[in-house]
Amino acid sequence: MGRFREKKSGGLPKVSTASLPDIVFILLCFFMVSTTMRETTLIVKIRLPGATEVQKLERKNLVSFIYVGQPVRATYGTESRIQLNDQFATIQDIQGFIAVEREARDEADRRLMTTSIKADKDTRMGIISDIKQELRKAGAFKINYSSKKAAKIR
Amino acid sequence: MRNKKGVPEINAASMADIAFILLIFFLVTVTMDVDTGITRKLPPPVEDNTSVDLNQRNIFEVLINSANQLLVEGKPGNILTLKDETKNFFLNPNDEADLPEKKLENIDLLGDVYVSRGVISLKNDRGTSYETYIRVQNELTKAFQEMRDELSVEKFGTKYDKLVDPQKQEAIQAVIPMAISEAEPEDIGKIK
Repeated sequence: MGRFREKKSGGLPKVSTASLPDIVFILLCFFMVSTTMRETTLIVKIRLPGATEVQKLERKNLVSFIYVGQPVRATYGTESRIQLNDQFATIQDIQGFIAVEREARDEADRRLMTTSIKADKDTRMGIISDIKQELRKAGAFKINYSSKKAAKIR
Repeated sequence: MRNKKGVPEINAASMADIAFILLIFFLVTVTMDVDTGITRKLPPPVEDNTSVDLNQRNIFEVLINSANQLLVEGKPGNILTLKDETKNFFLNPNDEADLPEKKLENIDLLGDVYVSRGVISLKNDRGTSYETYIRVQNELTKAFQEMRDELSVEKFGTKYDKLVDPQKQEAIQAVIPMAISEAEPEDIGKIK
């Protein structure tokens, strides 16, 4: 009997924390895989318009973004500008941009490519129409007007 | 004497802390936002201005001017009623003479159904604000979405986006196509 009593005197047994780093690393790996880093820094101000009938953009690696809005830095004026990758661009650059984006993708995925237009809600439609015309000429027919999911508009 | 013990064990207690710091760094830097938006398909470019012969009754004209005002079928329109007007136009429930004609078509899974020939024609000015344009697009999308849902509930008992069978989705799409046509850009109703 004495033997058993001796064991109890040690109090609560220590929980092994040796597996804790592994658990945390698995969490870390999950986050690294499931999220995409923002690779472009915005140089135009974008406040997306709200809409109720939005669809999720699937296959993010097949999406190319065109940003339209007022430059963040006032020295570039207040007129709406187009941003492709990391710099300002003009309407004429869009066809080249689409061609480069298309080259970077697999042959099989090219017809699934989507162009997402991220434009500020105060942008005039003139510049958007011009972009759409260029996209039509470039053969990028699938577009997405990026907008926030709103519960109800006004 | 010491070497006999072999390599001393490294204390791994701080490993968890290091991993946690990394984890928090990733949580802070990544953007979890999913990109959402209204999807549209652009028409291929037309070389010459070939006018498509469409009966006037089949066209539902929506114009937005540079002051973000709506002109629906020649009358000043309201964004709040646009969805219902679109649905009423497209479905033409009372078979009115100035609303689109319907054609009896045989579609897989649905049998003989009347398919509306209506087309929504959307025109905007270069000065229209993007926000207004998106709101109009949103209302039009909602109109088509609701019509698809109604048909889907009637025929298959579930809403359109809950349909699992792609063939059923295609059948619904064939009856109610997303018939929104956007005109070549031009300046309309400029208000100075």
